[in-house]
Amino acid sequence: MNSGRLLAAFLFTATVALVVIGTLWPAPSAAAYAGAQSMLASSSTAEGAVRNLADEIRAQQWDKAYSHLANKAQFTEPEFAHDLTGYYPSLLTYSTLDKFEVHPLHASDTEADMQLTMHWATVVGSSVSTRQLHVVKNGNTWEAEWPVVKEPTVPPQVIPVNYLRWDVIYRGPGDDWGAQDVEAPHVRIVDMRPVERADGVVILGELLNEDVVPAYVSVGATLISKNQTTIATEGSFDKIAHLLLPKQVTPFFIKFPNVALSDVGSIRMSPQSSLIAASADPVIEIGDQQLHPAPDASLTGQLINQSGQIVNVAHVLGTFYDKSGKIVWVADQYVDHALSPQNPVPFQIHIPEDLAKNIATQRTVVSTYSSGGSL
Amino acid sequence: MRAGSSLLVSGLILVAAQLSPGQGTTMSLPKTVEAGAAFSIQNPGSGKATLYIIGTGQVLKRDVQLGETTFFPAGSLYNAGRYLAVLTQDSSTQNGSFDVVPASKPADMSFFAKPSRLPVGLHDGITGTVYVFDTYHNLISAPTPVSFELSTPSGTVQKRTLVTSEGAAWTAMDSTAQQGIDRFAARIGDVSSTRIVGQVPGDPCTLKMNARQSGQQVELITDPVRDCSGNAIPDGTIVTFTQSYKGSQSTIDQPLKRGIAQVTMQVHPGATLSVASGVVMGNQIGWAK
Repeated sequence: MNSGRLLAAFLFTATVALVVIGTLWPAPSAAAYAGAQSMLASSSTAEGAVRNLADEIRAQQWDKAYSHLANKAQFTEPEFAHDLTGYYPSLLTYSTLDKFEVHPLHASDTEADMQLTMHWATVVGSSVSTRQLHVVKNGNTWEAEWPVVKEPTVPPQVIPVNYLRWDVIYRGPGDDWGAQDVEAPHVRIVDMRPVERADGVVILGELLNEDVVPAYVSVGATLISKNQTTIATEGSFDKIAHLLLPKQVTPFFIKFPNVALSDVGSIRMSPQSSLIAASADPVIEIGDQQLHPAPDASLTGQLINQSGQIVNVAHVLGTFYDKSGKIVWVADQYVDHALSPQNPVPFQIHIPEDLAKNIATQRTVVSTYSSGGSL
Repeated sequence: MRAGSSLLVSGLILVAAQLSPGQGTTMSLPKTVEAGAAFSIQNPGSGKATLYIIGTGQVLKRDVQLGETTFFPAGSLYNAGRYLAVLTQDSSTQNGSFDVVPASKPADMSFFAKPSRLPVGLHDGITGTVYVFDTYHNLISAPTPVSFELSTPSGTVQKRTLVTSEGAAWTAMDSTAQQGIDRFAARIGDVSSTRIVGQVPGDPCTLKMNARQSGQQVELITDPVRDCSGNAIPDGTIVTFTQSYKGSQSTIDQPLKRGIAQVTMQVHPGATLSVASGVVMGNQIGWAK
């Protein structure tokens, strides 16, 4: 009883002491977040100027960051902020700069080039963007020139859209037992392959909506050991395009961490589908898709929104095959910028280096989310 | 109050169960009673007694005069099952049992038709199952003739006549080559039930596209897309157009609209254009212009 009181008193005293210490001598990062001075007090070096700028971006102090730019005459503060947070609501709009890295590329006494790599924390994970900044010396301080990318805005207009939309009426609570309900969409796994990786087993595959109605789909998998016991059950989570229009195919990726393929006797797949109200709009062109070999193996391309609706979040899924058409890998990327009509937005999906040499072809699909609730 | 009744009933069942076989019962009970039908029980002896009829979900209590017949009007017992009759007078108890059986005349049915939507041309693709009930929703376990009838969009009618077994009968029918709405009916006497089954087109059979220059771009347009029975593939079905050029690829997933899919894209001279829908591949075009 006495020892418990002693521990409580100690914890209370220690907490008060830490609060006092933190208030009197705050950590630079905490002070920066609290709106005090930047972590680096001066911009006496080119790298320091870029770090100051990145700190201000992290604190979302757009006015301060803008005031420290060397080329602010070329754009307005809102344009600067929109360049970082998106002109239309997108993943970046609801993200914060988690961390950044500054790499000097070139430097002289009066000017320098720096690469600023920004790691944004978004609702779907980290998103990395890189900018190359030209930094110039102005008197005793250095100032960065922000390479603003002015996203083309869509002029006010009315774009007629007459794509199909499906709505669903389910059976009501007053219907008799035995009364018919609308049939769930028929979906089929058209390809499936388990792959062993260093951190576990992954199940790769493709799912087809073979019906004439839209389907909301997901795939689950259960690994069964050789003695018929269940090892683990996992789902595809977001590694799948959940909305499938008729005859559309999505890849899926299910990860089982810390499982060895040699322990698996069989796999039970559970494709699930349900009817969903959906629209055939928007149509997205996936243009200029190119496979890049290792090092830095990736699939690049650009998304072009061919519809009139702003797409706030686009999720690109790539399926990679070997020469024989066997599925080798599935990877994805969320595009952090909104897709406005007819404006190409690039994407890059990274491919594991060890698998890149086996990849001969690919197939890319994109699923989109627009604010307002429609899928 | 309800708990008290339950205790009373439980007690009566226990008392009845404790009677030795030698004591027997002299109540005159019907062997079976049709659900909802009137019936009577002859109670021997003299004096006043209480008669309990206990069954599944139903308990009746009557004050009776022994030596007389107790009448139960129509609708007194309507749940099919075994019933226990307990006659108590002072400390003596007589008991017996009888069955309430479903009425012989079907009054209702549950008709399950699966699926509600299927591709054309599937053998035994449509199944129908019927459960037959009397007025009081008791499953009629006696063999009962059931007729199934599937009217298809082409005008053909498939018919089956079966006899229920243990209250149920089922059949399978074929979907026909023409898309549209089937009317699937089950009939038992003058009771019938109808379900709607949609016959939808199958996979595209011949997927063919044409390409033509449209300004700086190329317009790709499919012929009307049909399945192998000639049915038009429904609007909204995704058709994928692909351009392959020097290791680069561009794709557009375009839904069918008014039976065709149509896109406009920037095409490189020397590119290969292809079209597909689901797992069905269409033709390829080498764009030389």
